[in-house]
Amino acid sequence: MEERAEAMTGVVGGVAWRVGRACVDGVRAWYAVTLAVTGLISLLAGPLLLAAALFGPEDAGPFGPGGPFFLAVPLGPVALWALCWATGGGGRAVGAALFAPGSLAVMATHLYGGAAPGGRSVSLWLAPALLVLGLFGARWIATESRRTVGKWSGRPVPVPYRRPPGAAGPWQRLRAGGWLTDPATWRDAAWALLSGAAVLLTAAVVLFTPIALEVFGRHGPFFPLAIVYGLGLCAAPAAALWAAPPVLRIHERAVRSLLGPSRQARLAHQVSHLARTRADTIDAGAAELRRIERDLHDGAQARLVALGMLLTVAEQLKDDPDALGPLLAEARTSSVKALGELRDLVRGIHPPVLADRGLADAVQATALDLPLPVTFTGVLPGRVPAPVESAAYFAVTELLANVVKHAGASHVWIEIGHSDGLLRISVTDDGRGGADPSRGTGLSGTERRLAAFDGVLAISSPPGGPTIVNLEIPCALSSPKTSSSSGTA
Amino acid sequence: MRVVIAEDLFLLRDGLTRLLEANGMKVTAAVENGDELLAAVAADRPDIAVVDVRLPPGFTDEGLRAALAARQAHPGLPVLVLSQFVEQLYARELLAGSTGGIGYLLKDRVMDGTQFIDAVRRVAQGGTAMDPEVITRLLTHNSSAGPVSTLSPRERQVLALMAEGRSNAAIAQQLVITERAVAKHTASIFVRLDLQPSDDDNRRVLAVLAYLNNA
Repeated sequence: MEERAEAMTGVVGGVAWRVGRACVDGVRAWYAVTLAVTGLISLLAGPLLLAAALFGPEDAGPFGPGGPFFLAVPLGPVALWALCWATGGGGRAVGAALFAPGSLAVMATHLYGGAAPGGRSVSLWLAPALLVLGLFGARWIATESRRTVGKWSGRPVPVPYRRPPGAAGPWQRLRAGGWLTDPATWRDAAWALLSGAAVLLTAAVVLFTPIALEVFGRHGPFFPLAIVYGLGLCAAPAAALWAAPPVLRIHERAVRSLLGPSRQARLAHQVSHLARTRADTIDAGAAELRRIERDLHDGAQARLVALGMLLTVAEQLKDDPDALGPLLAEARTSSVKALGELRDLVRGIHPPVLADRGLADAVQATALDLPLPVTFTGVLPGRVPAPVESAAYFAVTELLANVVKHAGASHVWIEIGHSDGLLRISVTDDGRGGADPSRGTGLSGTERRLAAFDGVLAISSPPGGPTIVNLEIPCALSSPKTSSSSGTA
Repeated sequence: MRVVIAEDLFLLRDGLTRLLEANGMKVTAAVENGDELLAAVAADRPDIAVVDVRLPPGFTDEGLRAALAARQAHPGLPVLVLSQFVEQLYARELLAGSTGGIGYLLKDRVMDGTQFIDAVRRVAQGGTAMDPEVITRLLTHNSSAGPVSTLSPRERQVLALMAEGRSNAAIAQQLVITERAVAKHTASIFVRLDLQPSDDDNRRVLAVLAYLNNA
């Protein structure tokens, strides 16, 4: 009994959830439709007004059928917009304010006999402004579509606009061709036209199919139009809810393909990204070699020279045991120090424990050396490719060093794992927060090094803490070595 | 005392053999890799095995794993692990579940013959020999908070030497103080760290190491 009741509640809950979901999608689809219509109207306003002013009759005609009530027609999109905005669909008053005059003017032009109120001169004066406004409008519609789709799907649509390199003042932007030579602008315009046309076409098909059937007489005597439209009006909410989710999916795909970066733009972006990370990698490699050279020169090499000199002196003093003792002791100290310096150097190049045990154990070993308590969780089921392993290891040591130096933390948590082809490491501390990669060189350096492997670094560090740093590097794990599982734990 | 050595570098293997034999020990086998070590331990039943961490064929931590395997096969077999570098992680693994007879030293320590021989003897008798570098890092890890930070500098010195595995007498000699002073310091340390005092040197060392490792 109880099970059945539970199942019933489950079913009811599921249905309620789906209906609610469909309602949300309905409101969203509504908003998308509003955007599309507004975009089309604003884009067409300029050309239509221009055409009407150039080729239309000289004087404004009398009001056509319906009289001044036709003035309400252009207000339709604005009203729809306001409704969406009020019902939580999003939207901005700025957009409505921009498009209202455009749509008003074009509708007036069209409906009142071919010329805008005020005559040809006003139309000619208004048309260029509307043309430009139309392009602005298309861009705004595109930006808003990108934003909403990104928000609804949880996956942002990348912005494709070209950005001139370097300091971009108005003059540089103009020299780089401005908006007009940016293909993305024209894709925006195409989007406004296509989406608007699609909406209008659908509306026309839905509204006029019964009329067409009536005219061609197939159902004429049996289905008076009033009944067809009456039934349609009753079924409309259900139909809208049923159609909204798939329509939204199609809308999302269309937005991504037309408003996201084009294939060419993506490739160009990838090339510049690769060029930059390659340059960074080469720089980092060269700097590392210089550091190693300097360390060897100032450290171990100098100690060995001193050792050689000590031994030479000892050779000359070999008949004086009293002087020989301290000299030999000094020689031994010198060799011990040289060994210590070499050890530190090796640790900085490629830590032995990383080579022996892999990333998880190496990070754990580093955590053990920290002067504060660390909680380490997670395992890697296999070995990370060596270059990624090394980059990730040094990124984590850098992060831990930052924690020790700047955070004033009393505890650190490290989590490591691999899923969906991504190596994920998170380092959390309970310190004072406020870490900003744009200020220190450490975090941005780490970011650049990871970028060479298409890795990303996400930092959340509100003032007052806690600081959470997440690393993600795409990589595949190799199967674990059979030998490493044999009982060292 | 009978010793088995596992070390892949000929010069070091030879040097170790000479050093140990010069101090009255008998090197029953000096081998190059982990498998040979296990065979030699099974055949010779030595008093102690001296093992390098990096051994062929992989030159990673084969020696460490062989040493642990040998201890599993022959419980209580004293093992002294030598390495070019020390890692707390490895020290932990060696000490896990151990009742003594464990050493973990930097290879550099071989250069100080008497101290090295002392460590070998101590481990062979079931004691402990931890490299000072391991202990330094353990103390750094524990230094920011907790009871260890409340110890006086002298007490920290005593704690470090105790954790290395030295007896009271050895600590007194090292710090140039009397044994009674050392005993006073150790008692104070045990109170501060809330550990059970013990007369047995080895149990005392293991308690201190376990404390430092878990804090």
